[in-house]
Amino acid sequence: MDCVVTGGNVKVLAKAIHSLSRIGDELYLEPQEDGLALRSVNSSRSAYACFLFAPLFFSRYSTPSGHAFRCKMAIKSVQAVFRSLASLEKTVEKCHIELDGQKNRLTFALHCKYGLLKTHNLSFQDSESLQAVFDKDSCANTLRVQPRVLVDTVVHFPLSLEEVTVSLSDERVWFRNHVEDEAGNSQSKAMLTEMCLASDEFDHFAVQAQNSITFCLKELRGLLVFAESTGLPISMYFDEPGSPVVLSVTDSVLEVNFVLATLSDDPSLRKNNTKRNKAYQGKKQNQAASPPPPDDFLNDDMDSYLIAMDTSIAPGTSAAGPPSPPSANHTYSHQPAVACHRTRPHSEDEEEEEEQETDDTERPPNKKFRSLFFGSVFATASQMTNQTVTSQEVLASDSEDDTQTESP
Amino acid sequence: MKFRAKIIDIGCLNHLTRVVTTISKLTKTCVLRLTADNLFFVLSGKVANGGVSMWCELSQVNFFDEYQMEGVSSEANEICLEVTAENLSRALKTVQNSKVVKVKLTKKHCPCLTVAAELPTLSSVSRVVTHDVPVDVIPRRLWHEFKEPSMPDFDVSIYLPPLKTMKNVVDRMKNLSNFLVIEANLNGEMNLKIETDLVSVTTHFRDLGNPPWGKDPGSQDGGRSQGRDPDSMAHARVDIRKLQQFLTGQQVNPSKAMCNIVHKRIVHLILLHEDASLQYFIPAVA
Repeated sequence: MDCVVTGGNVKVLAKAIHSLSRIGDELYLEPQEDGLALRSVNSSRSAYACFLFAPLFFSRYSTPSGHAFRCKMAIKSVQAVFRSLASLEKTVEKCHIELDGQKNRLTFALHCKYGLLKTHNLSFQDSESLQAVFDKDSCANTLRVQPRVLVDTVVHFPLSLEEVTVSLSDERVWFRNHVEDEAGNSQSKAMLTEMCLASDEFDHFAVQAQNSITFCLKELRGLLVFAESTGLPISMYFDEPGSPVVLSVTDSVLEVNFVLATLSDDPSLRKNNTKRNKAYQGKKQNQAASPPPPDDFLNDDMDSYLIAMDTSIAPGTSAAGPPSPPSANHTYSHQPAVACHRTRPHSEDEEEEEEQETDDTERPPNKKFRSLFFGSVFATASQMTNQTVTSQEVLASDSEDDTQTESP
Repeated sequence: MKFRAKIIDIGCLNHLTRVVTTISKLTKTCVLRLTADNLFFVLSGKVANGGVSMWCELSQVNFFDEYQMEGVSSEANEICLEVTAENLSRALKTVQNSKVVKVKLTKKHCPCLTVAAELPTLSSVSRVVTHDVPVDVIPRRLWHEFKEPSMPDFDVSIYLPPLKTMKNVVDRMKNLSNFLVIEANLNGEMNLKIETDLVSVTTHFRDLGNPPWGKDPGSQDGGRSQGRDPDSMAHARVDIRKLQQFLTGQQVNPSKAMCNIVHKRIVHLILLHEDASLQYFIPAVA
């Protein structure tokens, strides 16, 4: 791999790195045919970000022919290369990123004014490809807005606020801070902030489903840092609570996608969602027929929620696939996102629980981020482009799954 | 019980924000007393907050373009609310450039002080942001706890040096000791001292001037400061963090700042601004 970034694009690259550092601790770097992909995922795997810089972004771009190279490294070390954005803009004329195959180092060389040359040799780890599976085009709601509008919106929320709720109507969008109402008294002490934006502040406003989603603010702030500096509009794609929201920024030479998990807090809402829910019901029956998943599902950490790999949402693959063969992995791979936070194999209990949830309103609502689906395998380049993955495995999990404690 | 107020002038909004922010640096929660003419932010000296108390008085006409309130009853035309000062400060801070800000007492999921602002936009419809700051309505039987503290019968009253200078001194001293002795006389001299086993540090201020309280008809005549030897110092030992908090947090740029000392009892700090005043009481420790 060998690429050169010049002029103002160095700052864009630097901003991208800083933006990614808000997501996770590791930077996944993969030179692809269609450009350099920089990705990151957070530790709970509920947020994923990908920056794809097209070959035209670079003044020179060449990928290794023959074998695919991909690696990951601590994002802090890459951030150190681009530490001071202000001085970067003034002094750096050219940034040369090169793989030193012999020393196994990734070299960032900053060519500065007055012939100054700063070279950073970063060690890296080989890694699997990191890929979230999502489909922007099938989302019911699409909004596109100038970054300034969102910056002016999030400024009203405290930095300590973790999650924000976005609600849609035909003409307006509301941003509210999301307050956990598990402890009744703590809710009453929290300040509630609400911001209302009219639809004509948006460049594009297409709402098919008037619903509200809740997601983490931190990652949105990360993307805003990038979008504001480049002045590119942000598009939001989302469906229902529980399925991921995609925030994207595109330009002729770059494509940025942030995929964030959303909270699914309302069981009744889940019932009302027709298409996916039907699939979910169907899957539940399938699940009942299939044998319990292997032990590692049951022995999942308590503070965990599941990330499964999934091919069913990928374009071209039908969500209502053929009946699953009795392979546990396969069962999970075909579950739509809706069902993903329930990892319990005992379907009878699960159904009971469902009823309980709808009947018993006293209970605190089931608040969990539904997991995102990640393909994370050694896959060939051709497989990556159509976003399908061959093998399925559960990678990691986070968030409390209290249903497991109750299961026998 | 009704309360509704409106601010259009950006200078007034800015000023109110600074006052509330100053208060939020001094205390987590305080009591907001609303009367027909004034707003008071009150902290009564409880052991839980280290015995410090605060009294901040704002004249409503100087801040609000519209101000309507209806108290608990016609004879007790007041509203007393416990509020988290930081929430209120943050709500006001984020609406600095708005066209109009309304502050209302509302009933949402709980009683709230709602700060609603209309923000300028390019579009035809304004952006509206609302902050619901939860409050506790204080019942009338507890109101007596939040009356204006009486002026202590001080030994010495003195004008303070520039607060920034004083802050720099206190900040340094805080690294050395937890307690500070503040002493002053009627000759315009004030000393800030710390004394530990290892080190004693004193900063001397001179020619500060003493406020002419005694000439004020009626109020302090015959007080302890009368007939006092101008050179003898009155002193009080206080928790240095409380003093530092006061000096760090203040954002009102007072026209006058003064300090009254009751020997070994209390330090009473007063910041005067043309339309706001802040009093802060720090008890002395042995």
